[in-house]
Amino acid sequence: MKRHLISAADLTRDDALLVLDTAEELARATEGSMKKLPTLRGRTVVNLFFEDSTRTRISFEAAAKRLSADVINFSAKGSSVSKGESLKDTALTLEAMGADGVVIRHGASGAPHRLANWVKGSVVNAGDGTHEHPTQALLDAFTMRRRLGDLEGRKVTIVGDILHSRVARSNVLLLNTLGAEVTVVAPPTLLPVAIDTWPAEVSYDLDAVLPKSDVVMMLRVQHERMNASYFPTVREYSRRYGLDAERMARMADHAIVMHPGPMNRGVEIAAEVADSVRSTIVEQVANGVSARMAVLYLLLGGSEPAIGKEVSQS
Amino acid sequence: MNAAHRPDDPAETRVTGRDSGPDSQQKAVLEGPDIRRALTRIAHEILERTKGGEDVVLLGIQTRGVTLAERLAGALNEVEGRPVPWGSLDVTMYRDDLRLRPARAIRRTELPQGGIEDRVVVLVDDVLFSGRTVRAALDALNELGRPRAVQLAVLVDRGHRELPIRADYVGKNLPTSTRETVKVLLAENDGRDAVLLGPKEEK
Repeated sequence: MKRHLISAADLTRDDALLVLDTAEELARATEGSMKKLPTLRGRTVVNLFFEDSTRTRISFEAAAKRLSADVINFSAKGSSVSKGESLKDTALTLEAMGADGVVIRHGASGAPHRLANWVKGSVVNAGDGTHEHPTQALLDAFTMRRRLGDLEGRKVTIVGDILHSRVARSNVLLLNTLGAEVTVVAPPTLLPVAIDTWPAEVSYDLDAVLPKSDVVMMLRVQHERMNASYFPTVREYSRRYGLDAERMARMADHAIVMHPGPMNRGVEIAAEVADSVRSTIVEQVANGVSARMAVLYLLLGGSEPAIGKEVSQS
Repeated sequence: MNAAHRPDDPAETRVTGRDSGPDSQQKAVLEGPDIRRALTRIAHEILERTKGGEDVVLLGIQTRGVTLAERLAGALNEVEGRPVPWGSLDVTMYRDDLRLRPARAIRRTELPQGGIEDRVVVLVDDVLFSGRTVRAALDALNELGRPRAVQLAVLVDRGHRELPIRADYVGKNLPTSTRETVKVLLAENDGRDAVLLGPKEEK
């Protein structure tokens, strides 16, 4: 049975808790002296990156290497993709090399799902277009749990460019699975059409939601995906939806500020907020490695994957 | 010691009424008092072999080994009047048979204050069988430090070793067939103390 992690919705509540618990033990083990574990020795993980990425690619690479897997990095630039090779032909090439796991980042929503039909190994979605980024949601949930404890009933507010955000979609799905209450806050132009089908509340007023939130997650304004004017000026966006020190002061004492990175300092988040003690932004990077180690271990460590979902042939 | 209360006394190891029902094919080979006596004896043996147990650190192998390590630490404390450091070791990530089964949840590894550097580490587990868990534990220990010596204490040695490993302290040697299973129940984990011998479950 071949299972993959393509959507945060592929994880049941038990799966998600298993990943978080595993990540916790791995984080403790690697904080101490257990820097490298022999668990995935002899397994090959291919990092297939068709889109630019620093932290996600490095994070997956570090995670695989700490589990002693062989890592092959592939980026579209400087490869045959720039000569016009199709995703399927690239996949078949990788298949011939015997990849046990394929981590894919692609600009097209749905690419990891297609890939899952073409390769024998487990596919991990590392971000596809504006669709999903499940391991980001896992590391975010892991970060929240380390700071706040159990997520059941916690109020999480996700602010900003929901329309283009795969992080938002994956987070809403996973947090809902884990029993948290999610509110998305954005100008109406930056909300997807089907937002009413998401398991989340919607608000246009950040100041009304802030004091009730345990977690405030700021999203990057994705200029590179914006082909139209979604708001009049960056300054106006920043004034209504940016998190500055004054707004942060109105948050509850225990509440934390998250950002998946990379940040536009001064746009969605002020520098003093990003660098404050409430901010988990640096922790999120470290936690990312633990969460991805957990995912790779649970997918590739045993005789068959312990988490994820099968993909129907199409 | 009174002969009537020897741990091996068949009168104490017969099938008891509590094992009827779904467990009816399982036979209790050790009951609560036997386990307690075995641990007390092991505690004395540890003190004897390590000349007072000054440098001893007990490391229980997850899951039931941890419970046994905690109990052994209590028994050592009772005898010597001095706390003995104990901790837990999860060996899942070091197993060589990981790929024979779906990936399993991993558990906590927690060393006591002072670590294991230059100490006498006594690994504690419930059942010694193939020896592969102990091999994985030795690999895991390697990553945590360099003990002066490593010893092994088990509640039950059921034989069928696949590696050149033996225990230094054994609660009970239990000759078994590979078609049998040995299950250790401990009050902290399972609600009661017992060692059950039964036929292998049909898959």
